[in-house]
Amino acid sequence: MSTAIAALAPDSSLVAILYIISFSLFIFGIKLGTHPTSARRGNGVAAIGMAIAVITTLLLEGIGNWAIIIVGILVGTIIGAVASKRVKMTEMPQMVALYNGLGGGAIALIAWSEYRHWVHLGDILGSDGLSVTVLEHYEGLSFVVSKATFVASASVPLEVMIPTLLAMVIGSISFWGSNVAFAKLQELIPGQPMGLPGQKIINGLLLALLIAGGAILAINNDVSDLNQTLFIGMLVIAALLGLGVVMPIGGADMPVVISLLNAFTGLSAAAAGIALDNTALIVAGTLVGSSGTILTLEMATAMNRSVANILFGGMGATAGGSGGGEQRPYRSMNAQDAAIQLAYADSVVIVPGYGLAVAQAQHTVKEMADELNKKGVTVNYAIHPVAGRMPGHMNVLLAEADVPYDQLKEMDEINPDLPQTDVCVVIGANDVVNPAAKTDESSPIYGMPIIEVEEAQQVLVLKRSMSTGFAGIDNDLFYKEGTAMVFGDAKGTVQDIVTELGNL
Amino acid sequence: MDLVTEITILVLAVFVGFEVISKVPTTLHTPLMSQTNAIHGIVLLGGLIVVGYADDFLGELIGFIAIVFGTINIVGGFMVTDRMLEMFGPKKKKPEPAAEAASPDAASDSTEAGS
Repeated sequence: MSTAIAALAPDSSLVAILYIISFSLFIFGIKLGTHPTSARRGNGVAAIGMAIAVITTLLLEGIGNWAIIIVGILVGTIIGAVASKRVKMTEMPQMVALYNGLGGGAIALIAWSEYRHWVHLGDILGSDGLSVTVLEHYEGLSFVVSKATFVASASVPLEVMIPTLLAMVIGSISFWGSNVAFAKLQELIPGQPMGLPGQKIINGLLLALLIAGGAILAINNDVSDLNQTLFIGMLVIAALLGLGVVMPIGGADMPVVISLLNAFTGLSAAAAGIALDNTALIVAGTLVGSSGTILTLEMATAMNRSVANILFGGMGATAGGSGGGEQRPYRSMNAQDAAIQLAYADSVVIVPGYGLAVAQAQHTVKEMADELNKKGVTVNYAIHPVAGRMPGHMNVLLAEADVPYDQLKEMDEINPDLPQTDVCVVIGANDVVNPAAKTDESSPIYGMPIIEVEEAQQVLVLKRSMSTGFAGIDNDLFYKEGTAMVFGDAKGTVQDIVTELGNL
Repeated sequence: MDLVTEITILVLAVFVGFEVISKVPTTLHTPLMSQTNAIHGIVLLGGLIVVGYADDFLGELIGFIAIVFGTINIVGGFMVTDRMLEMFGPKKKKPEPAAEAASPDAASDSTEAGS
């Protein structure tokens, strides 16, 4: 039959204990992740937990098809290792999106395999009748069959069927949604919101179809009435829904979307765990689901919008009205003047945004901060929770440039200090410093907490041009008296400022 | 295991997850996400299990892709998280000997940054 190497019974105490050790290490690993100095160790601890879980599973009876397993793990390891070595820190959001999608895709495929397995069983039962020998043959072979009480009812119990369907649907949504997010972040497709007219209605219909299809599949759970065509149809519909939900979302909302898709993949893993009777999967999936949910809610709060509004609101599509189009006067400044202004300040706060990541300017910014430090200027960084394309994006970039993390200030921490700050340097950020969020009730971002740079004595805005941000909203900050625009590529401009600072 | 036991485990895991993860500081949110991302690669176990009872080409293909996806998810996820956290970790150990030997500037920078 199969060529298992150790043939541990899946329901044995040893297996249960090994899985418990494994998921305890996941929890402990995340707990160590609550502090920057221990986080790396925590990641290692979680990786050991994963190794235990994988090895335990390889020792189970019924594990076979070794050629596929070995080649699959080898190929996956090589791709994963090379990709993670090569990726730039600025590309982290798309990397996470891609890995997330792969996890979701794997879950959807596993659910499909399960279903095909039952269909196959139905075929055998159909030709042989309810032969106990056939069932016994299957019983040793897999979890599902040993769990499902086929002898009595020859049907897939709902407690197995429903989680399998959920895993399939959510996994497929997550796979396709994550791939769209990846493509947008990698700029393979335009980052702007895109969608068909009536996309919301289409999405609603797709969701209704999924629910109806799921109900039909769940009701017809007798192994002889399984409907694989409908199952595949649902995989496709879920894929369309994943595409339909993420395509209309603009770049600025990506932190929320990535967190949410992460939560989705976690939940579908937990569902697969229930279907396969595997505690390690249940706990790990739930942990990921919790983390994704917490981050999603935190990101949404930081934008003062509900998750539903972000998913279905399509801000970019509705925000065209504001701004008017009249030209307003603003002040621009060259790098030399900017350098002088910075050099004579006592305190400088740097506000980074996605533009910093695009320009890969993190190291140059650190150089500028070092130059200013030499001249006795205090430099801090103000990090908005949704700056960048994923939670904590700016922190990772600045950490890469060796910025000490005690200089990275959260929004609530830095805002009270801003009125005493001499110069704020806004680098590639826009909406997160737009005072309209506080003052203009008609603005789409009204109510979103911002970094209140307009309170500072002077503001330097490093920007390519006067164009509006991703949300398409004009920014009053640029026209304020104390504000000067320094046009150009963020990296080039900062480099020029560094040179000028050296000459002073 | 019965469904009720499994749901009990799931609900407890939700509370543990919320408790532990809500303590992770904003600074570490990207590595957190990347690490939890790697953890959901545990679906690889599902792939390993289902490929064992694949009995036709399509079944084997599906299982193979699931295993490849799951492994990329795990290996890539943990490695990339490690790369990120290396940057957050205590900086003293590695750069200092090099910095002291090569460039005295770097050392004076960091002291001024603290003032």
